[in-house]
Amino acid sequence: MADTASAIKAARRFDAAAIRGQFPILGTRCHGKPLTFLDSAASAQKPQVVIDAVAETYEGQYANIHRGVYDLSERTSAAFEAVRGKARGLINAAHDDEIIFTSGTTESINLVAQSWGRANLGPGDEVLITEMEHHSNIVPWQLLRDQTGFTLKVAPFDDHGVLIMETFEKSLSERTKLVCVTQLSNALGTILPVREITTMAHAAGALVLVDGAQGIPHLATDVRALDCDFYAFSGHKLYGPSGIGVLYGKADLLAHMPPWKGGGDMIASVTFEKTEFAAPPHRFEAGTPNIAGTIGMGAAIDWFQGLDLDGLAAHEDDLLAYGTACLSEVPGLRIIGTAPDKAAVISFVLDTAHPHDIGTVLDSQGVAVRAGHHCAQPVMDHFDVAATVRASFGAYSSRDDIDTLVSALDQVRELFG
Amino acid sequence: MSELRDLYQEVILDHSRSPRNFGHHQPSNRQAKGNNPLCGDKFTVYVLVEDGIVKDLSFEGRGCAISTASASLMTELLKGRTEDDAQAMFERFHAVVTGEKGEELDDGLDKLNVLAGVRGYPMRVKCATLAWHTLKAALKQTDETVVTE
Ligand SMILES: Cc1ncc(COP(=O)(O)O)c(C=O)c1O
Repeated sequence: MADTASAIKAARRFDAAAIRGQFPILGTRCHGKPLTFLDSAASAQKPQVVIDAVAETYEGQYANIHRGVYDLSERTSAAFEAVRGKARGLINAAHDDEIIFTSGTTESINLVAQSWGRANLGPGDEVLITEMEHHSNIVPWQLLRDQTGFTLKVAPFDDHGVLIMETFEKSLSERTKLVCVTQLSNALGTILPVREITTMAHAAGALVLVDGAQGIPHLATDVRALDCDFYAFSGHKLYGPSGIGVLYGKADLLAHMPPWKGGGDMIASVTFEKTEFAAPPHRFEAGTPNIAGTIGMGAAIDWFQGLDLDGLAAHEDDLLAYGTACLSEVPGLRIIGTAPDKAAVISFVLDTAHPHDIGTVLDSQGVAVRAGHHCAQPVMDHFDVAATVRASFGAYSSRDDIDTLVSALDQVRELFG
Repeated sequence: MSELRDLYQEVILDHSRSPRNFGHHQPSNRQAKGNNPLCGDKFTVYVLVEDGIVKDLSFEGRGCAISTASASLMTELLKGRTEDDAQAMFERFHAVVTGEKGEELDDGLDKLNVLAGVRGYPMRVKCATLAWHTLKAALKQTDETVVTE
């Protein structure tokens, strides 16, 4: 955390209006109203440089990769492979080879489950997750549990949405082989103490997988400082294209992990008797990947790292504080998720209207929010709600967006009392 | 706001605030659960079928104004009808909310026309039909003891 004085200085450098101007979609209208986009946690919008990078790939530098001896294929391969270095830099991994391209966070987690998990987990072993995980960090473990017979344990959070660390620590034992936690909850906005978690888990002899889908666009992330063993994120939540993401894994772990999908591009040699697999990361990247999407993600990483990141953090903190203050004044509104350590997400319910109806009314005012369970039904169950409305912010969000949201909520009250 | 008033007509607001036949207080011999995995809304529909007639119909669970009002209206309007009639109503209601052929309901079911407003909101059609799909599943149930057909 930067101290207050330097945070204020940073916020001055960070020019939110100029950033907003780089996102063509934010100039469009919905139902005749200017678009107020408050659903960045579901997927962020794309700046022009990312859109251009994808278009330019198809226009001038596209062929299949790792195959052709011709110039065009070599140039495409080089542009594609260069993104590994960008992703490595973004999360401060030690080696490019620790960066595996996947279709996104979901596939990254499934990769760990089906490769590392299938080889290392069985009856008597335990995997510990938290109550606030996204379905993509629950279901892959349930599927694998049903295949290999380990036990899946869940560490609860309290009524503010804070992970209860005493219970978490007590849930760890020599049976625990893997701990899977989100860095930032998509439904509650809670920031988890990942460094503390990895220390505790490692002391118990367990590995740690961090779901960075929400963390990566909002929290400075250094996988070596966090000392996590695996880290998963999606390009589309970091202002890049959808259908592309990353799994980071420590080199010595990846080296011993079996492939999980078979196909082209992941082999050293194939005969009908035996196939020698390629070294990581290619061992885990069977088939033709999302080439233009990967290059687009590279552009997004460059764009993101070019931002004044302290300024961005201060800007998003300001939006969270301002949004929380404004929404708290709306009669009958209850914020779900009130952890002291929060980022970029405000989930709420109203006593008079269901989130779905609120979503429809807000939409009629051009305000795009998510209304639903946010792929985190256990979180909804904890608070005994079927769904919440979620407003979430990105680099381009502004206090004006929040003001528009609050006045659109007046319409909800007018209709539903 | 006027478009919204078309969607959220007074009848809908009324039924969603005070749903009729809400809660499982009467005997029933068929039931089914329905949920909308997109939003987590869940309903259970309870039916008492005797001699091919829907003698009683109730529901519980939680949902948005559209799904709750639709469930409430459904229980009110289908009570006393034959099973075959109820099935046919499902098809006609579906046509109304999806806007096929600009269908309008009559013969005592015209109240349901208030839900036609969801036509303009494809994501909300699922809300309007949730209870109806659940009823359809309940009526199909075969593991009951009293078979009267
Ligand atoms: C916390 C969290 N984990 C995982 C995911 C899944 O990401 P993706 O759908 O990009 O695979 C999401 C996306 O909604 C998320 O918010």
